[in-house]
Amino acid sequence: MKLVPAIVKGMGRTLKHAIGTTFGDESITVSYPEQEKPRPRRFRGRHILNRYENGLEKCIGCSLCAAACPADAIWVEAAENDPQNRVSPGERYAARYEINMLRCIFCGYCEEACPTGAVQLGYDYKLIDEEGRQHNWQDRDDFIFTKEMMLVDPGKGKPDPLSEALDERLKQNPNHDRVW
Amino acid sequence: MDLMSFIWMVVRVIVVFAVGMTFVPILIWMERKVVAGFQVRVGPNRVGPWGMAQPLADAVKLMMKEDITPAGADKYLYYLAPILSIVPASLALAVIPAGPTPWARITDLDHSLLYSLALSSVSVYAVTLAGWSSNNKYSLMGGLRSSAQMISYELGMGLSIIALLMLTQTLSLRQIVEQQHMYGWNIFRAPTVFIAFIVYMICGIAETNRAPFDLAEAESELVAGFHTEYSSFKFAIFFMSEYVNMVIVSALATTLFFGGWSGPGVSYPIDATGHLQIDPTLIPMALLGIVYFLIKVFFFLFLYMWLRATLPRLRYDQLMNFGWKTLVPVSLANIFIMGIYLAVHNGWFTS
Repeated sequence: MKLVPAIVKGMGRTLKHAIGTTFGDESITVSYPEQEKPRPRRFRGRHILNRYENGLEKCIGCSLCAAACPADAIWVEAAENDPQNRVSPGERYAARYEINMLRCIFCGYCEEACPTGAVQLGYDYKLIDEEGRQHNWQDRDDFIFTKEMMLVDPGKGKPDPLSEALDERLKQNPNHDRVW
Repeated sequence: MDLMSFIWMVVRVIVVFAVGMTFVPILIWMERKVVAGFQVRVGPNRVGPWGMAQPLADAVKLMMKEDITPAGADKYLYYLAPILSIVPASLALAVIPAGPTPWARITDLDHSLLYSLALSSVSVYAVTLAGWSSNNKYSLMGGLRSSAQMISYELGMGLSIIALLMLTQTLSLRQIVEQQHMYGWNIFRAPTVFIAFIVYMICGIAETNRAPFDLAEAESELVAGFHTEYSSFKFAIFFMSEYVNMVIVSALATTLFFGGWSGPGVSYPIDATGHLQIDPTLIPMALLGIVYFLIKVFFFLFLYMWLRATLPRLRYDQLMNFGWKTLVPVSLANIFIMGIYLAVHNGWFTS
């Protein structure tokens, strides 16, 4: 019999919610696509390849990310940096960097493995739909994202202590082409 | 019966059946929006203004689905079960007095309440046959549980109604409403009638397999229970019959306990013999009666959804215990107390 007052109280609560939702704006619905929920700081979305402030790519082609990937989704081909036309500070850079988005499970192990903070899982979850991306989505091979598709401008990466430390180093030595 | 009145009856049948079927998309929309409101969310709002075309979209989708018959299914029973589900529900619409005048109902039998209760008993067959003929152990379990639940709660329903019948002395729904028009709504006439109403409402919700008594069709428990193997139109029929049953229970609750079509503004004179003189030419008053009836029915349907959104599901053993060990004894005690109340009221102990 103690159940009855509890039920009545519960029903009062739900009725309050119902009135608040229909006649007020208590509703917590996010009407996608007009509104989007803000993503958490550590959200694991589409990969991005970061750069330093001076424009050099952070990726040094070490393949630690490819080794860490549980789904074997990353393909890295390293090449030696030409000192006149540097791509990355350091001896090598990633000539080919490809991630197969169909294999990727978005676990973030590559981001954890990266020693320079180059590859990160960003906030973009609209892989197919991103504006400005001209792409065919016909074949399995079309889902392999290349380095160009993932490179971002300097300063656009996710905040991350390692990247911040490396950027600090570079600021302290602006003329130095190596940061470690 | 001559040709004109026969045609007139056919017209009433078609109209009432159409109204009953029209209730279903309205209820589907109402359910989704109301339950969403209780859950602090919006519900369908894209498909039409306020999402009102959502039931239409659902219906079109259901029609276009592939109609599958499982391999080992007993074909005859498999096809029969949905029919056996919708027919009693629709038939029960025939005796409900939506308004005071003869044209607001299809017919009135001397025993129309018994007729409605009997039809709800027949709908147990549909559930059992659906579970059995699907050739699927989960459907079978769901069907058996559901039919056991329905039988148990029918008992409570019938017994609670008996307490009311001791007061009204008639089984005719038309006369029950007319009495309430004369003497006030039944629920206020005696405290035992209030208890009867509570028991009736709980049993009605259990009969229609609605929350919190919806274990048999809970997705996480038994896939979809007895209608797991049904797709497309046959599933649509089960779906519709659930909503029509809800309407029947709500309509009976308003008719038996809350005065049906009576309300402020609807008044008919009482003649010398104590009978109500209903003038069928007073159309606005009759329409007002129908409006009152609909308001009350929709309040009970809202109550259905309110309960669904608020209460957690009863476990099957809790459900059966509650039906047999609580509601049946309460109804029996209620009948006993009603007897004493009537005896005192009619002066058996004083004169």
